[in-house]
Amino acid sequence: MKFIDEFRDRELAGGLAAAIRQAARQQRDYHFMEFCGGHTHAIARYGVSDLLPANVHMIHGPGCPVCVLPIGRIDMAIRLAVDAGVILCSYGDPLRVPASGGLSLLRAKAALGGSGDIRMVYSAADALRLARENPQRQVVFFAIGFETTTPPTAVVIRQAQALGLKNFSVLCCHVLTPAAIASILESPRVRQWGSVRIDGFIGPAHVSTIIGSRPYEFFAAEYRKPVVIAGFEPLDVMQAILMLIGQVNAGRAVVENEFARAVTRDGNRKAQQLVAEVFELRRSFAWRGLGELPYSALRIRRAFADFDAERRFPVSYQAVPDHPACECGAVLRGARRPQDCRIFGSVCTPENPVGSCMVSSEGACAAHYSFGRFADAAVAP
Amino acid sequence: MSPLRKAYARPLDLRQGRVEMAHGSGGRAMAQLIDELFASRLGSPFPGQGNDAAVLPAAVGRLVVSTDSHVVSPLFFPGGDIGCLSVNGTINDVAVMGATPLYLAASFILEEGFPLADLARIVDSMAQAATAAGVPVVTGDTKVVQQGKGDGVYITTTGVGVVADGDDWSGDRARPGDRIIVSGGIGEHGMAIMAQRESIGFATDIVSDTAPLHGLIAAMRASGADIHVLRDPTRGGVATTLNEIARQSRVGMMLQESALPLQPQVAAACEFLGLDPLYVANEGKLLAIVAGDDADRLLAAMHQHPLGQRAALIGSVHRDAQCFVQMSTCLGGRRIVDWLSSDQLPRIC
Repeated sequence: MKFIDEFRDRELAGGLAAAIRQAARQQRDYHFMEFCGGHTHAIARYGVSDLLPANVHMIHGPGCPVCVLPIGRIDMAIRLAVDAGVILCSYGDPLRVPASGGLSLLRAKAALGGSGDIRMVYSAADALRLARENPQRQVVFFAIGFETTTPPTAVVIRQAQALGLKNFSVLCCHVLTPAAIASILESPRVRQWGSVRIDGFIGPAHVSTIIGSRPYEFFAAEYRKPVVIAGFEPLDVMQAILMLIGQVNAGRAVVENEFARAVTRDGNRKAQQLVAEVFELRRSFAWRGLGELPYSALRIRRAFADFDAERRFPVSYQAVPDHPACECGAVLRGARRPQDCRIFGSVCTPENPVGSCMVSSEGACAAHYSFGRFADAAVAP
Repeated sequence: MSPLRKAYARPLDLRQGRVEMAHGSGGRAMAQLIDELFASRLGSPFPGQGNDAAVLPAAVGRLVVSTDSHVVSPLFFPGGDIGCLSVNGTINDVAVMGATPLYLAASFILEEGFPLADLARIVDSMAQAATAAGVPVVTGDTKVVQQGKGDGVYITTTGVGVVADGDDWSGDRARPGDRIIVSGGIGEHGMAIMAQRESIGFATDIVSDTAPLHGLIAAMRASGADIHVLRDPTRGGVATTLNEIARQSRVGMMLQESALPLQPQVAAACEFLGLDPLYVANEGKLLAIVAGDDADRLLAAMHQHPLGQRAALIGSVHRDAQCFVQMSTCLGGRRIVDWLSSDQLPRIC
């Protein structure tokens, strides 16, 4: 496939692997966090770790949109479908994220039988279409994701307003990448104690097409951490690792852009304007694993209040503690590896996820379980 | 003297008519539906039609029986429909046991209000598939459920075949050193269906691969290769089927990603939706696990058959107490090819 196979080429990968081996100094270790679940997926799916020398370690970051969604937010979506009787539209991934009471959106749907209406959509536009086709029903779009999925949500809210729709609204759970990176860099483990070592970041691919590379410059300058923005193909990831090693060796900490075929310094101005028109910063938002982070998420502006499900329906966020044995929080902060969690692969599996990281194939736990667990110490089959 | 008056009956309206509850209630309407829509199309060569069961000559050898329910949406898709799918699917389940499929039984659950014209199209397609495969439908049943309680048509088919003594192909016979062959491009049926779903609606020329495999299997048997396991990788795709076999045989497997036959349009559609073609359904492909020394001979025989032209060696079997199916990736790394966990869901990013 053109423009795809080139980025998965075995020979080029072999060449990059050799260059990485040569660049990595033997007397030290390198710890890089790939922020995005897309990178985590690519590393696991293509076995990139097998091509890296033993002293280059990848730490999975929190950039998996469904992983950082707290239980209370899924509960809100379920309550909308069950109590408010709306048609609740969701992307595929969030449907299986565990909620309170052993439920998930999928299980709530099964338990509701014919009366509950929870539907998977492929885009925000599909949700809007459902609202137009069902004028007698309230339709709510469960909008989640980082900056990549935010502009399409802004578009449908504007369209709904232009159409004068009275039966469409959005449960806005959009979150911001820079806030999550700042939270990791500010955490005592990284900043004070140094128990989690991060020598640099592989910066987001799709998110950066929207926000550009500029927002990361602060992290490079303030925290002295190199950032290389990289695409989601395996060769992108390997090239970024090579560039990060180069910066670390040279004692540099700047933002470099491996994904120049799609990302510019300023990003997509039009999308940014659209988002700014429809959304504003929330004062605080609860993230799974990272806790309450100030100014880390978006809410719908007052001018579009009619399309804000949190204003239209009597649902409010209630914090719910994670399962006590689940280590998703520590995994999302890079403090623990999936296989270090006591319930990984025993109680918590992709069929019965306890924590959110076991749900999406971008989640660190699901990626390791589905693609990489052959490398763990043998367990009883 | 006036001739005998023809029995008065208004023929089924195959253009505007719809399935009614009466078509399932055992009265005259049901008899008419069976006569005019099913029997006339599926026309069985056996006497005693109209009885509660088909009476068939005893077969020589061991009997193989398989049954499969077909619930597909949409009912009509590029490359086929639920009718031919229900015939081919069950023929394949019988044939991969090494058996010659002989007869089919078909049971229909119809939803009230379903257009008779569509039903006729489906039954025609079944008849055509059954005739082409040389496996007649010898008995059947119809039930009607209220509107909203079904999905148009569900078809359950049961197949009967005979297998000669000595042909013991079974999922528990994969051995270390065996090679793994797939008979052609993977993921075509699943992606043809997926592309038709209205909520996705992307234009593609992917066509379902639904086909009866017993001809190909006969050619494989004739090659004399020591086949250990045959299976058709339908739901859950190649990955899930290989995991089933690995668990049954208590072995591990190693696939080569670069060897997987994959049409470019299937690869592109999977890429677009974030799906893995290894988990996408096939309806006209088989996986063969064959003694290592016989792999080339079997592959050559398969290449001679129209349904095996793109057959490829995709991996091998080895000892592994954990029964992992693994894959050497196109990049040169290694990964697990795990069981499918629930449905594949499109990813967000």
